[in-house]
Amino acid sequence: MADEIATAEPSSDPTEELEKLVVRFAGDSGDGMQLAGNRFTDASALFGNDLATLPNFPAEIRAPAGTLPGVSSFQVQIADFDILTAGDQPDCLVAMNPAALMTNLKDLRQGGTLIVNSDAFDERNLAKAGYESDPLGDDSLKGYRVIKVPMDDLTKEAVKGTGVKGRNVLRSKNLFALGLMAWLFHRPTEPTIDWIEKKFGKTEEVAAANIAAFQAGYNFGVTTEATKNTFEVKPAALEPGTYTNVNGNTALAWGLIAASRKSGLPLFYGSYPITPASDILHELSLHKNFGVRTFQAEDEIAGVGAAIGAAFAGSLAVTGSSGPGISLKSEGISLAFMLELPMIVINVQRGGPSTGLPTKPEQSDLLFSLYGRHGESPLPVLAIATPSQAFLMAIEAARIATKYMTPVILLSDNYVANGSEPWLLPDLDSIPDIEVEYAKHPNGPDGTFLPYMRNVDTFARPWAVPGTAGLEHRVGGIEKDALSGDVSYDPANHQLMTDIRGWKVANIANDIAPVEVVGGEDAEILVLGWGSTFGSIRAAANRTQLEGHKVATAHLKHLNPLPPNLGDVLRSYDKILIPELNTGQLLKVIRAEFLIDATGLSKVSGETFKISEIMEKILEMIK
Amino acid sequence: MTTPSYTRADFQTDQEVRWCPGCGDYTILASVQQFLAALDRPREEFVFISGIGCSSRFPYYMNTFGMHSIHGRAPAIATGVATTRPDLSVWVVTGDGDALSIGGNHLIHVLRRNVNLKILLFNNQIYGLTKGQYSPTSEVGKTTKSSPFGSIDYPFNPVSLALGAEASFVARTLDMDRNHTQAILKAAYEHQGAAFIEIYQNCNVFNDKAFVQITGKEERVHNRVDLQNGKPIVFDGGSKAVVIREGQATVVESSSVDPNAILVHDETRPDPAIAFALSRLSHGPYGPTPLGIFRNVERPAYDTELNAQVAKAKGQLGEGDLAKLIRSHGTWTVEAESPNGG
Ligand SMILES: Cc1ncc(C[n+]2csc(CCOP(=O)(O)OP(=O)(O)O)c2C)c(N)n1
Ligand code: SF4
Ligand SMILES: [Mg+2]
Repeated sequence: MADEIATAEPSSDPTEELEKLVVRFAGDSGDGMQLAGNRFTDASALFGNDLATLPNFPAEIRAPAGTLPGVSSFQVQIADFDILTAGDQPDCLVAMNPAALMTNLKDLRQGGTLIVNSDAFDERNLAKAGYESDPLGDDSLKGYRVIKVPMDDLTKEAVKGTGVKGRNVLRSKNLFALGLMAWLFHRPTEPTIDWIEKKFGKTEEVAAANIAAFQAGYNFGVTTEATKNTFEVKPAALEPGTYTNVNGNTALAWGLIAASRKSGLPLFYGSYPITPASDILHELSLHKNFGVRTFQAEDEIAGVGAAIGAAFAGSLAVTGSSGPGISLKSEGISLAFMLELPMIVINVQRGGPSTGLPTKPEQSDLLFSLYGRHGESPLPVLAIATPSQAFLMAIEAARIATKYMTPVILLSDNYVANGSEPWLLPDLDSIPDIEVEYAKHPNGPDGTFLPYMRNVDTFARPWAVPGTAGLEHRVGGIEKDALSGDVSYDPANHQLMTDIRGWKVANIANDIAPVEVVGGEDAEILVLGWGSTFGSIRAAANRTQLEGHKVATAHLKHLNPLPPNLGDVLRSYDKILIPELNTGQLLKVIRAEFLIDATGLSKVSGETFKISEIMEKILEMIK
Repeated sequence: MTTPSYTRADFQTDQEVRWCPGCGDYTILASVQQFLAALDRPREEFVFISGIGCSSRFPYYMNTFGMHSIHGRAPAIATGVATTRPDLSVWVVTGDGDALSIGGNHLIHVLRRNVNLKILLFNNQIYGLTKGQYSPTSEVGKTTKSSPFGSIDYPFNPVSLALGAEASFVARTLDMDRNHTQAILKAAYEHQGAAFIEIYQNCNVFNDKAFVQITGKEERVHNRVDLQNGKPIVFDGGSKAVVIREGQATVVESSSVDPNAILVHDETRPDPAIAFALSRLSHGPYGPTPLGIFRNVERPAYDTELNAQVAKAKGQLGEGDLAKLIRSHGTWTVEAESPNGG
């Protein structure tokens, strides 16, 4: 097979050691690229590399085959050190058809390796992708190390005799590609073969075909020396301990289960399917043996409604959705706020407004989370920065909700939800219990129960669940007397209750971790972020440091109330940069809260920041 | 725990009842309180969830657990209570606007799922709380503040709607007939699953005498069709009867038909078609109108099934183990000595 190296001379050492490597699998949505990417990732994880992934799929389930909108891709960065993002530019691109090449080639690093399925480069597919001439035949791929592989033919050959027939034959093509990649990058093959056996074991011929294709891909590399050099990324020097590879939706679901365990409250999840939040519902519905009750409601309003009912009845109640669904929940969230019931509202943000870019990340619901309700209804708002952090953030949300008797908004986004990273498994016993006590006895004079008599430290009202004798009481959306909870239209009472509800949430500032600054106080600039931009910001700061500058970063987990030390932190830097995947929402909050003239860096292209974009902005500001 | 002996007063609160004098809601409240007191079930095991509307003030007047929630959403909220707490008796109080307009979606879905809820729909054929606009049960042509030239909205028949959603228990009663109301409440209470009760409720301020055809001294004899399980459906002193003709429920002179042809009411028929036909006898309370239980069948209740799944999962897999769960996707271990030694 051809090994065309246009720029670099092939190294004489057949195995090149790399510190890090960015690989992207791209193909038609039907080509199984997410699966190939995930398997490559897991094999790398088990090998001990640090990694970060970035799946990217079309909004349509089945866009027409071979077209540009139908391209699906999966990017993973693996490294022998601690990395923070899925990488800016792939070093290696697998393109299963012309459309995948057309949409992804621009990102491939100059001199990078390009593996193409040459069988897919026929006239029809070339036309669908908008190629006037075959890029494999002209010199448009000059500058890349191109490996052309007739994957269709080789896959057909490989699966002969396994029993799969017809259209199913080419289904194993992705595993052929994966096998070739395993050889090229020295990935261990056993974990993938084990996985195939487990996953497809029920239909023997499919398992056999997939293994055959995978091995054929690997052997193809070995026997043909598809390229003269292969690459190896050694295991990373990660902190000692036991790791798993986890994505944000899964870690969030597990965190909710952990919060249920730590609080002793049964978990209830009310939700209506929506991308990219549905996987939380899927994951939770698997774990009924943890006492988890999931409810697929008729709409998001019923999802939050059922959660309110479950909270009233004593459950750890959670509802989850994404932008459009959160809009529908807004009235219900205000009711929960008024009733002062604990509830977690998860918003896995996506590109908006409306259907927007449903499979892409964006951080554009921050202001909506802070202010998107009628009346004076401030809520605690938390944001998850990385996939594995979702676990502890779910527990933190539950702690605040139950301790302060309030709904809490927990923000994730598509990048956190579907991205994955190695997670150093926590010692579960070291995670503190969430102490929750239902009210058991009347708290008023003459055996009466006062449902709004508050805890003097937290301002929380008692949680008196149905079934408790002597605590019968009514709650409702109408303003309540500050003690008895009876309907009250008294002007002074409404003022007082509005103030109390505000204080209650503001006071949580005294019970959250101060914001941590990384990089000294003498830094020339502070880069402040929140949510999924964590990796890009930290990596950009690190790189800028390497160039001899002093850059500090801080990342907010609590967006309301803000950490109590934040004002002091911000005031100790001359320059503050706030990169966000929106048009400047945290920026607006910081300016309004602290009268500080911070600078924003905005991006709303449906993609996360490239490290270089943030780095350039930092350099521009400190020049 | 010894079962308490209650009187109606034990279910009253110290809140001043704020409905207009003469409103049918008072009578319904009294019926419900009286009925619950007679059950001798601990008061704290009852939960009343309402939406918004005059009728939805109901929980404030019930000395039980209660929630006055938001417009139309009570069935959804009550679903959360019922599914997580099968030990409770959960009631929904709603109005014709609350249940059939803004909350129509939730209503049909709780009925379809058969969530263990007792749903009391106070149908006054008007928006009371917002001062008199036409509602989804108001008759065509009704002049109200928002329909000065007459309503052009075709109304729902709530019983037909509930049967269409395959509710397992569907009944209709009247505010002013306390005995009838309590008999229906009892049957609903004993039913496993969703019980839907339409209660004709007079709003003497914005829609007075809407039900006069079946409540008026003169009229009711002719128009009130009492459904009694196992009995032929006859009314108007026995002079009229209901038969099924060409798939339709039809009123005939009793003397004009063979007594065997008269429809015998069977609320337990698995197929809802005949119950539906009966619900079409009149489209509203205008001519001969059936009262009583249209349908009362057994069907698995959603909350029972959900809790059974939880119990089964625990039985099969054992109580969940969190440490195992977070390791379930495969793990690897990084040793203290750097594996990256070279
Ligand atoms: C979201 C929302 N929209 C509108 C209203 C105003 N509203 C309150 S009650 C009501 C109609 C009530 O009619 P019905 O359900 O028949 O109850 P009734 O007062 O007749 O008992 C309306 C429109 C509201 N409270 N909330
Ligand atoms: S407006 Fe009508 S329904 Fe409302 S309280 Fe008055 S009489 Fe009753
Ligand atoms: Mg009404």
